[in-house]
Amino acid sequence: MLQAIGAASVAELFESIPSELRLNRPLAIPPALSEIELTQHAKKLAGKNLGAETATCFLGGGAYDHFIPAVVDSLASRGEFYTSYTPYQPEVSQGNLQVMFEYETLICQLTGMDVSNASLYDGASATVEAALMCLAQNDGRRKVVVPESLHPEYRMCLKTYFQWIGAELVEVATPEGTLDLQAWTNAIDSQTACVILPQPNFFGIVEDLKPFAAAAKSAGASVVACVDAISLGILDKPSNWSADVVVAEGQSLGNPLQYGGPYLGILACREAFVRRLPGRIAGQTIDRSGKRCWVLTLQTREQHIRREKATSNICTNQGLFALRAAIYLSLLGPQGLKETALLCGQKAHYLKQQIASAPRYSIAFDGATWCEFVVRDQSGDVAGTLEYLQSKGILGGIPLGQWYPELSDCFLVAVTEKRTKCELDSYVAALKHLSVGAFVTNA
Amino acid sequence: MNLNLEKLFYCPTHEWISIEQVGGETIGTVGITSFAVEQLTDLVFMALPKVGQTFAAGQEFGEVESVKAVSPVYLPVAGEIIEVNTPLVDQLTILNEDPYTKGWIVKIKVSDPSQTSALLSYADYQKQCSSGH
Amino acid sequence: MRNTKSTQLIFELSRSGRRAHLLPPADVPNVDLGSVLPSGALADAPPPLPELAEGDVVRHFTNLSTLNMSVDTHFYPLGSCTMKYNPKRNERLASLPGLVDVHPYQPESTIQGLLEILWNVQNDFAEISGLPAVSLQPAAGAHGELAALMVAAAHFRKLGQHRPNVLAPDSSHGTNPASAKMAGFETITVKSGANGLVDLNDLRSKVNEKTAVFMITNPSTLGLFDTQIKEIAEIVHSHGGLIYLDGANMNAILGITRPGDFGADMMHYNPHKTFSGPHGGGGPGAGPICVRDFLAPYLPAPTVGRKGDTYYLDQGGSDSVGRVRSFFGNVGVLLRAFFYIRSLGGSGLKEVSENAVLNANYLLSRVRHILPVPHGNRCMHEFVASASTLKKEKGISAMDLAKRLLDFGFHAPTVYFPLTVPEAVMVEPTETESKEMMDAFVEALFRITGESADLLHEAPHTTKISRPDEVTAARKPVMKWTAS
Repeated sequence: MLQAIGAASVAELFESIPSELRLNRPLAIPPALSEIELTQHAKKLAGKNLGAETATCFLGGGAYDHFIPAVVDSLASRGEFYTSYTPYQPEVSQGNLQVMFEYETLICQLTGMDVSNASLYDGASATVEAALMCLAQNDGRRKVVVPESLHPEYRMCLKTYFQWIGAELVEVATPEGTLDLQAWTNAIDSQTACVILPQPNFFGIVEDLKPFAAAAKSAGASVVACVDAISLGILDKPSNWSADVVVAEGQSLGNPLQYGGPYLGILACREAFVRRLPGRIAGQTIDRSGKRCWVLTLQTREQHIRREKATSNICTNQGLFALRAAIYLSLLGPQGLKETALLCGQKAHYLKQQIASAPRYSIAFDGATWCEFVVRDQSGDVAGTLEYLQSKGILGGIPLGQWYPELSDCFLVAVTEKRTKCELDSYVAALKHLSVGAFVTNA
Repeated sequence: MNLNLEKLFYCPTHEWISIEQVGGETIGTVGITSFAVEQLTDLVFMALPKVGQTFAAGQEFGEVESVKAVSPVYLPVAGEIIEVNTPLVDQLTILNEDPYTKGWIVKIKVSDPSQTSALLSYADYQKQCSSGH
Repeated sequence: MRNTKSTQLIFELSRSGRRAHLLPPADVPNVDLGSVLPSGALADAPPPLPELAEGDVVRHFTNLSTLNMSVDTHFYPLGSCTMKYNPKRNERLASLPGLVDVHPYQPESTIQGLLEILWNVQNDFAEISGLPAVSLQPAAGAHGELAALMVAAAHFRKLGQHRPNVLAPDSSHGTNPASAKMAGFETITVKSGANGLVDLNDLRSKVNEKTAVFMITNPSTLGLFDTQIKEIAEIVHSHGGLIYLDGANMNAILGITRPGDFGADMMHYNPHKTFSGPHGGGGPGAGPICVRDFLAPYLPAPTVGRKGDTYYLDQGGSDSVGRVRSFFGNVGVLLRAFFYIRSLGGSGLKEVSENAVLNANYLLSRVRHILPVPHGNRCMHEFVASASTLKKEKGISAMDLAKRLLDFGFHAPTVYFPLTVPEAVMVEPTETESKEMMDAFVEALFRITGESADLLHEAPHTTKISRPDEVTAARKPVMKWTAS
C-alpha cells in the first residue's frame, strides 16, 4: 500500500503535523486486553454495582424499571439496524426510514398530536426544545411558566439554556404537590410564550389540567404537555386538554435504564408548529416508478441549511431507541399499553395504602397518583430508611431533599408492572420494622 | 393585470416591484423574478408576513424554500404590508409558472416613493442576470 | 426473495383483537383507578396503536432491517462519519447486569464499579486530548459543541468581558452557527485559502477583543491537518479568545498529536465515531467535552470524582453552566468507548490512526486517477475528490456516482460536503477495511465513470426503490400514516 501511495513509511503520511506538536511518548492508557481478559475485567466492575436485575427497584423520577419484551432486544440487536447511519441514501435506508415514519405515527397515536419528529436526546432536551419552539413561534414573548412539580432536572436544563438567549423561566410553587389555579393564572401574562404542564407531575400526581391549560390559552400562550408515555394507556391524550406540543421521556418504551442514557426524547406538535419542530422527520413520498417510499423531509428547518436561523442545533435523532420504542408499542398494542398502565397504577396504589399503615411513614400529598408517590418519614431519617431497605435488597426511593429542601424528610417511590405483591409486602414489612420504637409525632 | 416587465423595478436580490397610484397612495406590488424562481428550482414552501407589518427597504419580509435551500425575500422599498397573496402558499407552482402576475407575493403601501430610484431598471437587472448572479 | 407482505406499514398489518405481549393478572386487590384518578384526566379508550401477533412484529422489523445498508453488511465510506467496525464484544459487555440495569438515581455506594469506569473514561479522554477537565454529559457532538460554547460564555461573563462573536471557517458544519446562536453569540465566517486551510490574513482581520471563540475542525473536513494551527491559536489567544476544536476527525490523530498540545482550549469527542460506538441508524451518540483547567469550573455537572478508593458524583459549583440534559450522560455509548479503549490500549489507539491514515492515503492514491482530488496527493483519515470535471464532460454528477455505487454494493461516500469543493465526494475508509475491499471499491468507481450518463441518472437500479421524489415529500408533507 505504501508503494502505491509513494511513501517510504507510515510516519511519512503524518508529515503535515509539525514535529513540535507531536506527542513524543506513548499515551498513558493501560495496555490492550484480549476479549477474555476484557470480559473478566468488565464483569468484575459490573459486579460491584447493584442493578435492577438483582435488587428490587422502586426508583423512578423520570426513568423506570418497566419490563422489556425479548423481541425488542432481539430485533434491535440486528446489525442492519444498529450499525447503519442516518438515512442519507434513502434507496438503501428504507428500513430505517420506514421505522422512523412508523415511530412518528405511533407517537401521534399516543399523544393525539399531528406531527412527531424522529426523536431527540432525552425528555429534558425535548422539554427545552419545546420551549424554544414556542419562544420562536410566539415571537416577542420571552417567558416560560412551569410548576415546581415539573422534573427538577428539566427545570435546570431550561435555566441552562435560557441564560444565554434572554428568556425567563417562571416557576410556580406547588407546596401541596399540586397546582393552584389562582397562583398559576397570576404567573401567566402577555409575555408568556408557553407553559409546561407535567402529567403526572414529578410527585406522581395526576391532575385535571384543563383549567390550567385554558388559563395559558386565554393569555395567548402555547401549552406544552410533559407526559409519561406508559400512562397514556389510561390517561387522556394531551391533545384533548389543549396541548400544542407534547414531550416525554421515551425510556419507558422498551429502553434499558443504563444509568440515565442514552434515552429517547419524544417531541410532537400540532401542524401549526411544524416549521419550528427541531430534529429529523421522515415523510412519505413515491419513487420514480411511483412506488411508495420514505425520505427525510422538511430539511430546510434544520441547522445544516438554516444555520444560525435554525430553531435548534440538533442534527441527530436517537434512531436505535426510537426503533425500540416502535417495536415495544407494536408488541403492546392498545390493550397491552392499557393493561401495563393499569397494573402499574394498581400495584402502586396497593403499596401506597400499605405504607400509610406503617406508623413512622405517611403519604406526603393528598393528590391522586398513578405509579409514583411521595412518602414522608416522620422521623426525618430518609437516608436511614433507604439504607435499611438497601440492606434488604430494595432500592427504595429517591430522596427529594436534593431538589426540594422543604421535602428533606420525603422520598419518591415508583412501582412498575414488574413488581410482585411479594416484593411490595417485603417493602412494607421493612418500613414496619423501621417503625418499631420510632418516635412518631402524630401517630 | 398584464405587467410590462420593462416598467418594473428590480433588486439585485431578485425581487421586482411595480408601482401604482391608488387614491393618493403609492402602492407597490412585490414578487420574485423568473430568474430567481429558476435558480431555486422546485419551490416547496413559502413564509409570508402579516398584513400591517412594516419593513425597511432591503429588509427581509419572507422566505422561499426549495428542498435543500432557504432564500430570504427582501422588500425593495420601505412600506407597510396591505395585502398578502396567501393562496400562493398552497400552490407554489403558480410562482414557477407565472412569477409576475398571479405569483405576486405582497402589496405594500410605499412609505417613500423616491426609494425606487435606488433600484435596478429592467435592462440593468438583465445585465446582472446574464453575468450569472 | 423479498417479503413485501411483511414490510407493509405496521398499521396496515394490524387486525383488531390481535395481541403479542400479554400481561399477568393483577396480584394485588383490584382497585378501580377510574374512581381514584380525577375523571377529567382519564382517557375514554387507549390510544389506537396497531394490534399484531408477536410473529408479525418480528417478521415486519426483520424484513425492514434487510432494506438497510450497514457497517455489518457493507463498506460504508461515508466521509466525516467514521463508519468503522463496531466490535460485538462491546455490545455484550455494555449489556451486562450491573451496567445496563442501573437506575440513574441509585446511591453512589451501589454503583462504584460503574463510576470507576466513567472516571477512567474521563481520564482517558483527558489523556488523548491533552485537555484535563472532562464532562461526559452532552448527548451528541452538536450538544457538546453547544455545552462548550456555554462554558466559554460563562468564562467571559465571569471575567466581565463582552465578547459577542464566534468565528468559524467557511467550510464549517451548520451546527457551528446554530450552536453559537443558542449560546448567545453571533457567528462571523473566516475564509479558507486555495489550499483548503484557514486564510490567516482573513482571520487576523476578523479577530479582535470581541472574539470569544474560534471554532475549528482539525484535521479538517477536507482531511487535511492545518499546519498553521499553532499560529492560529497564537493569533486568537493574543486577543484573549479561545480555540474550540470540533473533534469529529480524532480518528486521524490518536496518540500522534493532541488538541491540547496544538492550542485548543476546548473540544468535543464523537465516541460513536472515534471509539466505535455503533451509529444506531442515526443515534444515539455522545458528545463529551474536554477543556483546560481554568475552564473546569464552568463545565456542565455532574462529573465523577474520586476520594481515596471511593468514587462520587461532583455536582459542580456555582460557576457551572448547569445541566444540559437529565441524569448523567449517554452512559451506554461511553461504556462502549471504554471497552474499545481497553481492547486497544495506548499503543493500539495510535495504530488505529496510523491504519486509518494509511487506508485513506491508499484509497486516495488510487481514486485520484479516476476523480481529481483538488487538495493534494496526501491526506489524513479522509479525502475529498471532485466530480466536477466528470459533470462538465459527461454530465455525471457526484449524486449520480453516489447512487450508482449502491448498485455495486457500496454505501455512497458523503457528497456535496464540504461546500467549498464543487461536486464533492468525501471518502473515509477507516482503519477496519481491508486492501481488497478498497480495491473493489476503486474498481467499481472506475467502471461507473465509464458508464453512460443516462444509466447513471436513473441509478440505483437494484435497490428496493429508485430515487424518491423529495420535492413532493417537502411540498405536501405526509408525516404519519392515517387510516384510509
